[in-house]
Amino acid sequence: MSYIGIIITFVFINNFILTQFLGLCPFIGVSKNVESAVGMGFAVTFVMALASISSWVIYHYVLVPLDIVFLQTISFILVIAALVQFVELVIQKISPALYKALGIFLPLITTNCAVLGIALINVRNDYNALESFIAGIAAGLGFLLAILLMSTIRVKLDTEWVPKPFRGIPIAFITGGLMALAFMAFDNALLKNLLG
Amino acid sequence: MLKEFTKGLIKENPVFIIVLGLCPALGVSTKVINSLGMGAGVIFVLLGSNIFVSLLKNFIPEKVRIPAYIVIIASFVTIVEMVMEAFLPALYDSLGVFVPLIVVNCIILGRAEAFANKNTVKASILDALGMGLGFTLALVIIALVREVFGLGTITLFPMGSFNGVIEIPGLIDSPVRVFGLAAGALLVMGLLKALFTWIEDIRRVKQ
Repeated sequence: MSYIGIIITFVFINNFILTQFLGLCPFIGVSKNVESAVGMGFAVTFVMALASISSWVIYHYVLVPLDIVFLQTISFILVIAALVQFVELVIQKISPALYKALGIFLPLITTNCAVLGIALINVRNDYNALESFIAGIAAGLGFLLAILLMSTIRVKLDTEWVPKPFRGIPIAFITGGLMALAFMAFDNALLKNLLG
Repeated sequence: MLKEFTKGLIKENPVFIIVLGLCPALGVSTKVINSLGMGAGVIFVLLGSNIFVSLLKNFIPEKVRIPAYIVIIASFVTIVEMVMEAFLPALYDSLGVFVPLIVVNCIILGRAEAFANKNTVKASILDALGMGLGFTLALVIIALVREVFGLGTITLFPMGSFNGVIEIPGLIDSPVRVFGLAAGALLVMGLLKALFTWIEDIRRVKQ
């Protein structure tokens, strides 16, 4: 698949949150205001891009040559946990301002299904190194797009009247459901028309 | 002691009350059988990780406890993956990427951190069974709503002459397909969560 095809697929057609249900916890939990939603979105994109590349290296240069592919899940989650710790340390040293903005989200990212999800999906799709990296960035941007839309809607919802049992999380799910309905407009037929 | 078991079923239901483990709850709940399979996998992993975390609670250094828990959990997930792929290949395929993703199911790490590392093995086993069954119950409820309205069927395990599929008259010919799609999952989850909140409110007012 072409690189543009991969980008469109992961940002719109197979949007991680709205069609694949990966990364729902932060989508509901961290979308109460726009600023933290954007912070979370960029932190996830960053980690997903790095996780895609490093899991590709581990898979093709360690797991396959040693014939221990069954250890895929364990090794990927360890790589992601180490990566998140490393990114946290580096950002803290290089840019305290960025650390202040992203810092609180980083520990949460280890258990974000989207990050382990992209590593596993890259292997299942048999992507090469560059395709994995692009898929990682695109899936992260899809996450950013969904959480940004959600947070702007939720800020508006705060001032509206909502029936009491629906306040908070339930209305957030319903909003997400309506967003997913809108995202159904992006399908494979669209991709075919765009790329011919 | 029994309270450790029953709390997870309704009062502290991991999906509807604490709102954890959402990705698999929505991702696999298109059919009842997928929910049951996912639930069984999670119960096994939760049981294993709770037992081991509780046994090792005095040996794992405080600072590296989270990575240690993750390794324990990932080992049990690998077992589930291999067993499911070997004996239930159809279920393994329909659960897809959500089988290895049991590793990052927040319920399991959450129980290790919040319960198993401070309690006895016996209490941890009961806690794991209760939470695991509560998770399964929630998934089955979501899947029932989605499958009955979205496909007009209820898919269970095939047994003898029964092929495992119950057809709902009326809905089988003209199902409301949106329930089976991504949007339907989010809408159903929102409505069910609101229902649980409403029931909880009524109970509190009565007391």
